[in-house]
Amino acid sequence: MLIVMSWLREYVEGLPPTRAVADALIRAGFEVEGLRGVGGDVSGVVVGEIVDFEIVETKKKDVRWCQVRVAPQPAGESSGLGVRGVICGAHNFAVGDRVAVALPGAVLPGGFAITARKTYGHVSDGMICSARELGLGEDHDGILVLPPSAPIGADVTELLDLVDEILDIAVTPDRGYALSVRGIAREAATAFALPFTDPGVPRSGQVEAGQVEAGQVAAGESAAGEAYPVVVEDTAGCDRYVARVVTGVDPAARTPLGWSRRLSLAGMRPISVPVDVTNAVLLGLGQPLHAFDRAKLTGAIIVRRAEAGETLRTLDGVERILDPEDLVIADDTGPIALAGVMGGANTEISAQTTDIVLEAAHFDPISVARTARRHRLSSEAARRFERGVDPALAPVAAATAVDLLVELAGARPAPGVTDLDHRPTAAPVLLSLHEPERLAGRPYSAEVVRRRLADVGCVVAASATSDITDFTTDVTGATTVGGVTTTVVGGDVLVVTPPSWRPDLTRPADLVEEIMRLEGYDTIPVTLPLLPAGRGLTPAQRMHRAVGRALAYAGLAEVLTLPFVAADAADALSLVADDKRRLAVRVANPIAEDAAYLRTTLLSGLIAAAVRNIGRGQQDLALFEVGRVFREQPGAPVRVPTPPVDRRPSAEEIAALDSVLPGQDRHVAALLTGRREPTGWSTPGREADWADAVDAAHVVAEAVGLTLTVTAGDTMPWHPGRCAELTVGGRLVGFAGELHPRVLGDAGLPPRTVAMELSLDVLVEAATAAPPVVAPVISTYPPADRDVALVVPSRVPVAEVTEALREGAGDLLESLTLFDVFEGAQVGAGQRSLAFGLRLRAGDRTLTAAEANAVRDAAVELAAQRTGAALRA
Amino acid sequence: MPAPGETVDPSRVHALDPDQLAAAVAAARESIRAATDLDALAAARTAHVHGAAAPLVLARRELGALPREERADAGRRHNAARAEVQAAYDTRLAELTAERDARVLREERVDVTLPVARRRRGARHPLSSLSDRLVDVFVAMGYEVAEGPEIEHDWFNFEALNMAPDHPARSEHDTLYVEPTASGRVLRTHTSPVQVRALLDRPLPVYVVCPGRTYRNDTIDATHSPVFGQLEGLAVDEGITMADLRGTLEVFAQALFGSGLSTRLRPSFFPFTEPSAELDVQCFACRGEAARQPCRVCSDEGWIEIGGCGMVDPNVLRATGVDPTRYSGFAFGMGLERAAMIRHDVREIRDFVDGDVRFSLPFGIEV
Ligand SMILES: [Zn+2]
Repeated sequence: MLIVMSWLREYVEGLPPTRAVADALIRAGFEVEGLRGVGGDVSGVVVGEIVDFEIVETKKKDVRWCQVRVAPQPAGESSGLGVRGVICGAHNFAVGDRVAVALPGAVLPGGFAITARKTYGHVSDGMICSARELGLGEDHDGILVLPPSAPIGADVTELLDLVDEILDIAVTPDRGYALSVRGIAREAATAFALPFTDPGVPRSGQVEAGQVEAGQVAAGESAAGEAYPVVVEDTAGCDRYVARVVTGVDPAARTPLGWSRRLSLAGMRPISVPVDVTNAVLLGLGQPLHAFDRAKLTGAIIVRRAEAGETLRTLDGVERILDPEDLVIADDTGPIALAGVMGGANTEISAQTTDIVLEAAHFDPISVARTARRHRLSSEAARRFERGVDPALAPVAAATAVDLLVELAGARPAPGVTDLDHRPTAAPVLLSLHEPERLAGRPYSAEVVRRRLADVGCVVAASATSDITDFTTDVTGATTVGGVTTTVVGGDVLVVTPPSWRPDLTRPADLVEEIMRLEGYDTIPVTLPLLPAGRGLTPAQRMHRAVGRALAYAGLAEVLTLPFVAADAADALSLVADDKRRLAVRVANPIAEDAAYLRTTLLSGLIAAAVRNIGRGQQDLALFEVGRVFREQPGAPVRVPTPPVDRRPSAEEIAALDSVLPGQDRHVAALLTGRREPTGWSTPGREADWADAVDAAHVVAEAVGLTLTVTAGDTMPWHPGRCAELTVGGRLVGFAGELHPRVLGDAGLPPRTVAMELSLDVLVEAATAAPPVVAPVISTYPPADRDVALVVPSRVPVAEVTEALREGAGDLLESLTLFDVFEGAQVGAGQRSLAFGLRLRAGDRTLTAAEANAVRDAAVELAAQRTGAALRA
Repeated sequence: MPAPGETVDPSRVHALDPDQLAAAVAAARESIRAATDLDALAAARTAHVHGAAAPLVLARRELGALPREERADAGRRHNAARAEVQAAYDTRLAELTAERDARVLREERVDVTLPVARRRRGARHPLSSLSDRLVDVFVAMGYEVAEGPEIEHDWFNFEALNMAPDHPARSEHDTLYVEPTASGRVLRTHTSPVQVRALLDRPLPVYVVCPGRTYRNDTIDATHSPVFGQLEGLAVDEGITMADLRGTLEVFAQALFGSGLSTRLRPSFFPFTEPSAELDVQCFACRGEAARQPCRVCSDEGWIEIGGCGMVDPNVLRATGVDPTRYSGFAFGMGLERAAMIRHDVREIRDFVDGDVRFSLPFGIEV
């Protein structure tokens, strides 16, 4: 909301400098996003009178060599003193007109300096300015002709109020009233305790139409009856409809400079007197108005819901198919406006319009919001109705507009006011005097509470309660809203009726906020709650941290990638048709069509990040990510009833809501490519290979105290011969290994890129379920080391041989190390040699050589039985 | 000197003469002194101290040839000479050993400024560490950490938070909806649904912080991201006040930007809090002195807006079965990216999700 300060100062007299006003508004909860001065950079422009001019013919277009008087002529003299010669290209002036002349040395907006210069054979001693050149708007069709009353030689910046300031205020959605100069004026007046005469309440002598009888609202009108026939069929959608009629609008009338400048500074383009007047009332009071060309109306105005199949061409030229939920304004021909959103082209006022039906109404915020959203149509009117327009404002706003049309366009107000008032009675709020302190943590005196509620405009109708104390006479707040009446019931409970423009004040907490904010949040003390002892992080939360740290310490860099993927993300990984990672969740309104799905595997994001890094010259990568993956649950319900919000939902209701949500497991994944160990002056470096991926998986598992069981796996997107399937206690945790060459080729990643992905949820579940670690007994007896070299068929996984050796060796085995793997002619085709070191130790004695050898032999024996292993000769 | 009446071979006892011994000592000392390295010293030792041909060794043999009454004297003389030479040798040995050791160490010198990168360095994402760091502040105060799903039901994300389907505040959320739209599933627009779940799941009083990822329908650029991290706090108990909120936020602001900075609350609006406020912290760069010197961190405002907060709206309490006349609560939330951008001078919000390793690495494991 752009607030023009000269306008605001007209509503509230005595405001301090604008910076102070801005600070006060910020303190009251109005975020001032900008403070801009205009016109301050204009100087040296004075009022001049065209004394005479002659035409100078040029090749393109004739210009005028003007004699302009820029200083008052001394009495009785007819000298040429104070007259200057100026070349001017415009033709929209005559001898005797007063114009704005920039003298040599003058500065125009944007720092444009004026000098005397030779042109068209004359020395032009200055420049006659257009409105645009003075920063007064867009009008550049000709020069600016000033009223004859403008004194010659007077400073134009002062004369036209060129210097102004504009506040850009972000208004929160609960404060519709602040989308107007009126609303901000009330806040500014309150902030500085200045008197404020609300232009939005009926002036003295006026009576709110509808409450008594129509016809007494218009300024000086004594007409009775309706101005125009109106039928409101849907009084829930439209609880107030005021219509006024003016005739004899002068189509040639132009909006005076002061108004058009004010409108353009407030962000509205001046168009014509009727349009500008409705905009001025919209901005000034906050009431959206609509002007129908009376000549184009057929029959009575009807406010109703649209009928299926009806259409309306709105003012923006779009033909709209109406929905039966849309509230429309119609006449005998059908819809003529989308109520509160936008008018129709068929009844639009034009340059020829002389008779106007003015609509000032109050529409249901939700209805307007839905229609605006349904038709993707936002407008100044809709924005205000959605946030709440003062329903008491309609007759005042209509009268103000009529007055302006009379003043600016020579219009005649037609007799009568149509005012269909179906407003519900305002419900009072009971406010305990203890409630502000209960929420703020500091006391507020009853006097302060009452004064602040009065500042906001709260009114209380006389209560029927017997022990009423009427405080009317005590309340002498700066506002003059019909005398604030606050009634005390039973001593410490106030019965507060909020003002018509504050539909957001419905509960004690709402009133408390007003008291707290007007007294200042900075007056609230600083304390800390006394908490019961907390239990700290849960084991799962500590494990999540441990995993991230372990991978980082292991030399991997954490990334957080966007979770959005394309429809073909599963294809890019060559996932098989029934892979669960194909059950992707789709975003209904995606940011981009090629990112319409959510990831089902972290590898999608890691691959993209790796490609991006490589594209930027980083070939050696070790990335990891911890995050959620999303998978639809086949068979889950699509829609469940939503519980109400006025009570706690039942466990079944909560379970039902959760049942529509997709699976969102937490995963951890890593991708490595290029050198795992850097190449340096002393080290040859090492390329990452499948084992690094498996190692990263072990790092994760060990961080949470688990040991992964590794078996050969075969799952895309991994290389079928280089894929480790990882389990814990028989439960699948994930996979690790080299990525499939086809996947790498498609993605543009280097060959031999490796990756791992684990379900962190499964791991953490297993880890939290595991019994506490049992500490080993530390033996102080010396170990006995025995090496064995076994020849084993190549197809036998090392893990099987290892397991057999462990089992065969039994409890005396302290550790088992594979220190050599050899394949070659010496061991025979299809065979390989595995060299193991066994460290044996007893807890209670030194092992004898015979004992150690017996253990070794038992281990080899079991390996031989299980895997066909033979001691290498 | 031979005793009277004894016949002594003058050549055999000559070596034990005091003069002869002194000469031998002098020669030995000279030889030891002249040795410039341990090898030369070893040679001098052989020639003058221990070697079979060393004069002092030869002189020692002559002792027995002396008349008994002379032996004691000669023996003392010889011992003194021996000791003197040995001492000279020991001193010189120590000197030369120290010299040799120093030389060896000097020769073993390496250039320790050579790069030592033998293994790859890793790092955590700055948002992860920042989140942990802030969570720790609250956990230390007694809060617990609550979590919830990122694809959330509209009821949790909006309705229970006092945002009915046509609430105007919804339009400010730029929500990403999940198909089928009739399912009511959305990508959570804030971490506030976790507050609802916490109030439903936990016995009162409830003190929780909720860190997590949230989503908005924003195309990614320098200042917008469709995904961002939030951290929210919630306290619901008897007697919780806005003053408690102020105090808690001061602790929070100090954890984020350091001590000595003032905070301020500005009235604002959130559907799920009433009263509501924006939290500003004095700019840590110019310490609120932006009026005197231009400040890029706060755009000369002197204050940095870091989040929204307020007293939990009675409607939220009611929807979660908490009696708003008995209990009150406060809630606050902040964007992690924004905090990290201010704290670490991050220029573009997209850097957080681009996955470029150069971004994460400087942050190490902790920030
Ligand atoms: Zn600053």
